[in-house]
Amino acid sequence: MEQLSAFWQFLADNRSKLLELLLEHIGLTFLSLVLAAVVAIPLGIYITRHKRLAGAVLGIAGILQTIPSIALLGFMIPLLGIGLKPAIFALFLYALLPIIRNTYTGIEEVDVSVREAALGIGLTGRQILRQVELPLALPVIFAGLRTATVINVGVAALAAYIGAGGLGEFIFGGIALNNSVMILAGAIPAALLAVIFDQLLGLLQHSRLGNAGKMGRVALILIPLLSSSYFWPQAYGPGWKAGFDPEFIGRPDGYPHLVDTYGLSFNTTILSSALMYKAVERGEVDFIGGYSTDDRIKAYELAMLEDDRHAFPPYFCIPLVGEVVAREHPEVVDAVNLLAGRISDSVMTELNYRVDFDKVSPEVVAREFLQSLQLWRPDRAQGGERLAIGSKIFTEQYILVELFSQLINGYTDLDTDLKPGLGGTKICFDALRAGEIALYPEYTGTGLLVLLSPPQDTIQQVITEPDAVYHYVQRELAAQYGVKCLAPLGFNNTYALMARKEMAQRLGLEKISQLAGFSGQ
Amino acid sequence: MIEARGLTKHFGNFTAVHELSFRLEEGDTLMLIGPSGCGKTTTLKMINRLIAPSAGAVFVDGRNILEQPVEAMRRRMGYVIQDIGLFPHYTVAENIGVVPRLLKWKPARIQERVGVLLEQLGLPPAEYAHKYPHQLSGGQQQRVGIARALAAEPPIVLMDEPFGALDPLTRQQARRDFREIEELRSKTVIMVTHDIEEAFEMGSFIGLLDKGEMQQLGRPQELLLQPANDFVRAFLAEKAAQLELQAVTLADVFPELSIGERPDGIFLEIPSETPLLQALYQLARQGAATVVGLTAHHGQDRWFQLDALFELFRKTLRRWNN
Ligand SMILES: Nc1ncnc2c1ncn2[C@@H]1O[C@H](COP(=O)(O)OP(=O)(O)O)[C@@H](O)[C@H]1O
Ligand SMILES: [Mg+2]
Repeated sequence: MEQLSAFWQFLADNRSKLLELLLEHIGLTFLSLVLAAVVAIPLGIYITRHKRLAGAVLGIAGILQTIPSIALLGFMIPLLGIGLKPAIFALFLYALLPIIRNTYTGIEEVDVSVREAALGIGLTGRQILRQVELPLALPVIFAGLRTATVINVGVAALAAYIGAGGLGEFIFGGIALNNSVMILAGAIPAALLAVIFDQLLGLLQHSRLGNAGKMGRVALILIPLLSSSYFWPQAYGPGWKAGFDPEFIGRPDGYPHLVDTYGLSFNTTILSSALMYKAVERGEVDFIGGYSTDDRIKAYELAMLEDDRHAFPPYFCIPLVGEVVAREHPEVVDAVNLLAGRISDSVMTELNYRVDFDKVSPEVVAREFLQSLQLWRPDRAQGGERLAIGSKIFTEQYILVELFSQLINGYTDLDTDLKPGLGGTKICFDALRAGEIALYPEYTGTGLLVLLSPPQDTIQQVITEPDAVYHYVQRELAAQYGVKCLAPLGFNNTYALMARKEMAQRLGLEKISQLAGFSGQ
Repeated sequence: MIEARGLTKHFGNFTAVHELSFRLEEGDTLMLIGPSGCGKTTTLKMINRLIAPSAGAVFVDGRNILEQPVEAMRRRMGYVIQDIGLFPHYTVAENIGVVPRLLKWKPARIQERVGVLLEQLGLPPAEYAHKYPHQLSGGQQQRVGIARALAAEPPIVLMDEPFGALDPLTRQQARRDFREIEELRSKTVIMVTHDIEEAFEMGSFIGLLDKGEMQQLGRPQELLLQPANDFVRAFLAEKAAQLELQAVTLADVFPELSIGERPDGIFLEIPSETPLLQALYQLARQGAATVVGLTAHHGQDRWFQLDALFELFRKTLRRWNN
């Protein structure tokens, strides 16, 4: 019940946004459908005339459909950039198969005697196609369009990953923010769209055979109208183009805070965090909200602008150790603390790069790093007590787990079990409290906002001061949960506004506050 | 005028039609008959250019049909295919009007033409014009198929077993309606059948095919009375036995035989209980057209000659079947 009223409340609060996304979603679905139909129907007809090609054409269309959607969208970026074009193209590719296949079988299924009679009484090939084969195949072709529409309504949700909008913005935003109401606000309308379009097309499809003409006319009016709906809500003003992931857009300490703090406005595009670095590199957007230790900053030659007014909360990395372990094994705390302050932002970025781009294993990267600090020691443990070390599921955390493990092995008599890749903050923290893992790397901002989540005014008091956040988190985690917070490792993996290095240098951009002086390109 | 010269069709090594030739004038009806697979359909399709002959040619009014645009040629050659092939998404009226529409007839003219044809074929337009093929019985569909072939008033009509799929009763009715279509008398019709009665009833010529070769092409009575070879004889004898016509005797047609002044010639007395078919054979065996048959029934005398008796035979066939 509570969920339901929260759901209605969300819809009421966001109704103009919902309408916008809905229109975008419908537009994406039908624009791609029209393009697919324009290509697929003639192609389907063509292969009824050239049967030797039929297998190959249907095979290729079938393979296109099996490419995972996110991968397909990823392929599109270098070719078509981000936004409408690649989204439409990807949807177009997915819609081809059902339409080609049904056009082909629809025409093939026309009774041979009907075709022979038409030929025998003097219709030309073209007349047979127009007057006999297509009208008779129309219900089957329509069924194909119907299948394609339902597929496209589904896949169009993914368009949100490349800044093409649609209901996926709510769905992926909701997933990123762990906000199930928001997920439902995207998913339910999307499901309804699929059902409604399916039913409508079904009605058209089953209208009497003789009404083929009427069916065509209705479709002719309706489909372009629906296709154009994508453009109804679009009104881009001047200004910087920026791409942000759904989480950054949705979090109060993310985009809204950035805008408030600096008095900026962007033409924002929602992008999957997996794709946004490529988008800024390619010049599709001017800025992205990335993560400050992400190795793609280096790989794609991006520059981070300094957050000179502290809009982004500090996310200094802090190892968290469970109460029992901290008490019984102070040597573990000492070993891990050897890293305190030793890893700067650029060092962490470099380590991430070694793993992601040089394809060196986290274990080797960790060992080489420890050796460079003269901290590395060979494994001392001979079947001692075992400690489990956990981590979240991204590259940096895999490296940190290795660092912790190698230090504990080298400096204590304990053995370690690695449990990297746990699903999220909550899972890690719960595992730590339950004693299933002994320690894992966390961040101060997360500790404050997610684990402790104090009232707003408390947050406001501490959030601009990294040290204040650290001390608050350290004190409260110990008091409330008995969890011990070790010394920060040094780097701050927070949000950062990034641009292409080349552009930043050309414009002399170093700090976010400078942006207010520009009104965009 | 339509003429086939040496029409031949090979499918790989198999010869479906071998050196077929015939010539038909306006008003002629050629019935192609023969066992299943003997090449009847293949022959019709070659005439319509649905199948290209391996050798030979077809001429219409002296012109090779290959010299004309194929669609234009087909539109002047009505075609009823073996499986009817009505367009399921068109009404009866639309089906019949297809070719006139292609020929850009005025809608009013098309509508009138459709009405006339439906009327003639025993499908009142008010009831049937707006039905769809699936709402019709098999016999009604056949009639619509025939009407479609006739719609644009083609001088030549090709029909592949147009009454084939019908039950005997419906078939006879359809045949009768078809015979009564006045305009057919000025057309050249080539009709495929597997029914000897139908061939005799409707054909001005019969072409009997076997294994792709013409066994005999001639007037019906020629086939019946002067079979060209054993195959023709056996084919007709076998079919004739099935006709039950053996039961119709001279006595049954007695009132229609000639009375009074007899022509000169050889006289042959035949008892009145002789079956008609037997009497025909007996007259024919004499070999001369001047042979006069004589018969007596209930104390009256009548006479008859071969041609007249054959016409009576045909009429009886029709009466029997109707
Ligand atoms: N396209 C084809 N390929 C090979 N053989 C065929 C083809 N069409 C017909 N035939 C063969 O030619 C012969 C004559 O066929 P058809 O003219 O349809 O006979 P029917 O006299 O029964 O109408 C049959 O033996 C048939 O199997
Ligand atoms: Mg046949």
